Amino acid sequence: MSDIKMEATRDGFGRALLELGERDKRVVVCCADLAESTRVLAFKEKYPGRYIELGVAEQNLATIGSGLANYGKIPFICSYAAFNPGRNNEQIRTTISLNNVPVKIAGMHAGVSVGPDGATHQALEDIALMRVQPNMVVLSPCDSEEAYKATLAAAAHPGPVYLRFAREKTPVITTPDTPFEIGKAWVAWESEHSPEVAIFATGPLLAEALEAAKKMEHALPAVVINIHTIKPLDREHIVEHARAAGAVVVVEEHQVAGGLGGAVAECLSEEYPVPIEFVGIKDRFGQSGEPKELIAYYGMDAAHIEEAAKKAAGRKKSG
Amino acid sequence: MLTDATIKNIELKAAAIRETIVEMLVAAGSGHTAGPLGMADIFAAFYFYILKHDPHNPAWEERDRLMLSNGHITPVRYAAMAHAGYFPVAECLTLRKFGSRLQGHPEREKLPGVETTSGPLGSGLGQAAGYAYGARMDHPPRGAFRVYCLMSDGEQDAGNTWEAAMWCGANKLSNLTAVIDRNNIQINGMTEEVMPLENLRAKYEAFGWHVLEVDGHNVSAFISVIEQAKAIYEKPTLILAHTIPGKGVKEIEFDYHWHGKPPNKEEAVRFLAELRTLKGKIRSEHQ
Repeated sequence: MSDIKMEATRDGFGRALLELGERDKRVVVCCADLAESTRVLAFKEKYPGRYIELGVAEQNLATIGSGLANYGKIPFICSYAAFNPGRNNEQIRTTISLNNVPVKIAGMHAGVSVGPDGATHQALEDIALMRVQPNMVVLSPCDSEEAYKATLAAAAHPGPVYLRFAREKTPVITTPDTPFEIGKAWVAWESEHSPEVAIFATGPLLAEALEAAKKMEHALPAVVINIHTIKPLDREHIVEHARAAGAVVVVEEHQVAGGLGGAVAECLSEEYPVPIEFVGIKDRFGQSGEPKELIAYYGMDAAHIEEAAKKAAGRKKSG
Repeated sequence: MLTDATIKNIELKAAAIRETIVEMLVAAGSGHTAGPLGMADIFAAFYFYILKHDPHNPAWEERDRLMLSNGHITPVRYAAMAHAGYFPVAECLTLRKFGSRLQGHPEREKLPGVETTSGPLGSGLGQAAGYAYGARMDHPPRGAFRVYCLMSDGEQDAGNTWEAAMWCGANKLSNLTAVIDRNNIQINGMTEEVMPLENLRAKYEAFGWHVLEVDGHNVSAFISVIEQAKAIYEKPTLILAHTIPGKGVKEIEFDYHWHGKPPNKEEAVRFLAELRTLKGKIRSEHQ
């Protein structure tokens, strides 16, 4: 792993904002007293007239964003996911989603990998909150490069978007040439043998899914699909890979209930039921600890993904 | 030019708006009565004098923006818009009905001219403030238009209101004028019993606002404070408009039980009979 570049998804976000600042004068950044850790500080310094400070007021972060977007700006509203969309969920629902104005909601520090801050700051339900709101697009990039592209795509999208970012440095899997299109999942890795399990992963845990798939290649051939867009879900690709492999594992650093796991289960139960195993948080809160140990403790590392893959494949009906 | 004839016309419009409110509420069979009747004079003042607007071009870029935070009083807005020519008055009777553009609480995408979606209390001031801020970025120092935000007193209970109030003061949003309908009632009773709000003037002043108070049924006085607000360059202005809930129908005035219910058919007949005798009389009571 030593030669792999490590960078947090939030850093890709910060880079994209700088570019957007140059590219589009309508782009403004609103932040609730977290400029450094949400990675909007560089934007603030370069475009002070388009940086809007809210103080510790996440409900107002959403309503100010709504007003700015209603007027004609493209506001990015930035705070930790635990508060944005955690605290201001109703303001987002009424004044952004129902109002259908193009606010871009950036939720930082998602997942248990925030680490030492503990459960209060580990957002594990933000995807669920956002994907049940009509008009809302939900993006969960796998690395900093994809986070950069997702941020640019969010700005170009005419409606509201939720972007989920992580605090920790994680492997940069994609390159500037990797395509990114909202709603289009892509195959991150595929065994040379015909896959017997399809692994759908979202966010930086894609790296763990890849590690698991490569390790078990000869025992259990797999295909790993990166689901960077949780809504609109790429149902076509999900069904295609579920059909080909006959068993599925879903991987996310989020509650399984309502998260990508829920979304994939909803899709496949309707379109093509196959055994599914869920790697994610199972109705628990997180706790303080180091990111890596928390990922392992809550059963989301490569070893657990491998175990889940075997279980899913083993549940296939014989013959 | 605010002549006696202009004021008289606004008062007549307010009377017509009140009648339409009662007609639409009884047809809907649900909705709020006290707030809309209490705000009829102010809405008439806005739509027939204060606002720079074009009923035939609701998306006109230079229009003043009237953002309604307490969306539950939307019948008065719909009635005022209809009488101003945004849509036929007859359409008011579709309020709260399936397929209607006149939703129980207003929606931006449903009806052109309502500016934003509101109803859940406490979130309108922030929306209006964001809008005003955006406008000021593009048209310094005061924007090409003014932003007005109408709030209820009940929603002064909400934290979001004060987050927004603090932010408006911090940003000296002088292109924003907020109006609180100070009618002293909310669903559970009198505001000072449910959750005391006073001293509202001192609170807003402490948050960096210029505060004016006015009788919300005195059209010329209301227009005058709106004009004063335009002359305040360093602060957002709040107008505390003292109103009587249910104004115009004596038997329900001041009664908080009428906050959230419509008249039944018999009541509506009585209310309308009373309102039809009242044309233009409300102002004189306050002179």
